[in-house]
Amino acid sequence: MSRLVRTREIWLLLAIVAMIAAITLRTPSFASPENLAGIFNNTAILIILALGQMVVIITRSIDLSMASNLALSGMIVALLSSAYPDLPAPLLMAIAAASGLALGALNGLLVWKLDIPSIVVTLGTLTIYRGSNFLISGGTWVNADELGPAFIQTTRVELVGLPLLSWFAIVIAIGFFVLMTRTPLGRSIYAIGVNPVAAVYAGINVGRTKFIAFCISGLVAGFSGFLWVSRYVIASVETANGYELSVIAACVIGGVSIAGGIGTVGSALLGALFLGVITSALPVINVSPFWQMAISGAAIILAVILNARGERKKGRIILKRAEHGA
Amino acid sequence: MNQMQQSAPTVRRIPDRLDNPLKSALFSWQTLLLLVAVAIFVANSLASPYFLSPWSLSDATFNFTEKALIALAMALLIISGEIDLSVAAIIALASTAMGFALQFGADTPVLVAIGIGTGLACGAFNGFLVTRLGLPSIVVTIGTMSLFRGIAFIVLGDQAFKGYPASFAFFGQGYVWWVISFEFVLFLAAALIYYVLLHRTNFGRRIFAIGNNQVAAQFSGVRVGRVKFVLFCLAGLMSGIAAVLLTSRLGSTRPSIAQGWELEVITMVVLGGVSIIGGAGSITGVVIAAFIMGLVTFGLGLLNVPGIVMSIVIGALLILVIALPIVYRLVRRR
Repeated sequence: MSRLVRTREIWLLLAIVAMIAAITLRTPSFASPENLAGIFNNTAILIILALGQMVVIITRSIDLSMASNLALSGMIVALLSSAYPDLPAPLLMAIAAASGLALGALNGLLVWKLDIPSIVVTLGTLTIYRGSNFLISGGTWVNADELGPAFIQTTRVELVGLPLLSWFAIVIAIGFFVLMTRTPLGRSIYAIGVNPVAAVYAGINVGRTKFIAFCISGLVAGFSGFLWVSRYVIASVETANGYELSVIAACVIGGVSIAGGIGTVGSALLGALFLGVITSALPVINVSPFWQMAISGAAIILAVILNARGERKKGRIILKRAEHGA
Repeated sequence: MNQMQQSAPTVRRIPDRLDNPLKSALFSWQTLLLLVAVAIFVANSLASPYFLSPWSLSDATFNFTEKALIALAMALLIISGEIDLSVAAIIALASTAMGFALQFGADTPVLVAIGIGTGLACGAFNGFLVTRLGLPSIVVTIGTMSLFRGIAFIVLGDQAFKGYPASFAFFGQGYVWWVISFEFVLFLAAALIYYVLLHRTNFGRRIFAIGNNQVAAQFSGVRVGRVKFVLFCLAGLMSGIAAVLLTSRLGSTRPSIAQGWELEVITMVVLGGVSIIGGAGSITGVVIAAFIMGLVTFGLGLLNVPGIVMSIVIGALLILVIALPIVYRLVRRR
């Protein structure tokens, strides 16, 4: 399985490289290190969210409330920062992450304790979190001049040539890699996605593992709320409206199977980068940004068709191996 | 889950008579929903003096008839174990197609045909991807959702199509008799058709069979792929009809038309007691749920509650109505 997934990732990587190369032929400056670093920085939040969503999707669930969670957590810290401009950025970060964790845990509890399908739970909390955002903010915006300077600076500080925002994405990606491949929790997450019944017999608490998965996606969504407000210097009720679908799209394009059990950190990362490169490429090749939505839609459909092919082949390979073994 | 609990190894009591139909009807989902609907109706009448007038109630129906038309088809789709997240995007594309045809001087009958035809074509495209290529519907329709609305954005950008003919306005603004709008009559007729289709025909039986056990249905001779394809076409068709009504009501087309409706439609269906994992549900429940959502939105609107706060109520309603019976069962078991 891992070999197959890896070849998928290589194909996706090649597609991204080919895309960059094709655009560079028209606009040589596109492949410059500064521009590529810029694209990565613009995609950083999508990468972080896609990693969280990936964990949930692997457990055969889905978290539609991520973007609303991001907006609500971002609004909470934005309001705090405008009321107390001296609050240090790390504290705000912790508050955003804690708020996201709490919202994610609420999703997880409903899925775990009441056994309600995750799509229903997060469909409900999607609107509840978005509405709560309106309630706490009164529908107003928090603008650049109301936010504390430390808040705004956080994602812009440069460290070894990259903005801090990019470093957050890199560190979080490494963290997810360790979590998914080097810890018992990561194994459990894959186990309940591949075969929940077998996972129960292996002593894994399926409900509790799903709960943890939702806590993880909530945590990164809340933290991304801080990053989003710091990056775009605005918090409103409309923040990241509908972004949950881009996050799911990134996962699907990367090859995370919606049926659960399949997906790696690399796949979510590349899926997000694919969308990121398209977004930054359109203005360069003089295509109206209105094309972006249709292109990413077509990319999703294409990716699902390819995924389905790949998963079907997997079965054949296993059978062949069994024949060789016998 | 309920059946598993009942089969626990306790003393087995065989009832000397089958379940009292009156009693089982009393505790059914529809009754619960109906009580909620009545409670909301009474609360609305008490909260606002403007609520209980024929014209207000007629206005209230406009809030949900278009969504409810799609919810009827969505209910069938969800009962069969599939889902269509692209319905709102189909509205956008169908409306854009109508606006595009308008630029070439299409008159009302042509506009309606183009709107409905585009919807049907989009539904067939979804159905093809899901049934022929065997792809999971939730991802396919997330993709087509971007694709369909994306095409609308490519065509329109930040512009809008306006200037629909006066005769076109009837569909979304016209009244059949006194305060009874065309939309409302269409919804009632469609609800009746879908009720018969789901609960009184072989086709409806097959939908339930597929939702309960697709493999068993296949081996019983049900053409699973074909039934699902028809259901996707129906969802597209209803979205096309909704596009005609909505475009006629608004009198213009923007690419952001009906944004976020897919979630409201699914909320309606799930609130109506349709199991999101498939195999169970009824049209009656969906119709009552449509009224509940329409009344809540309209009642809160009369009280000047902003739309986004209403969405909290709808979201909470969705989770509560599903969670309460489960909590009740958990508590009673202890």
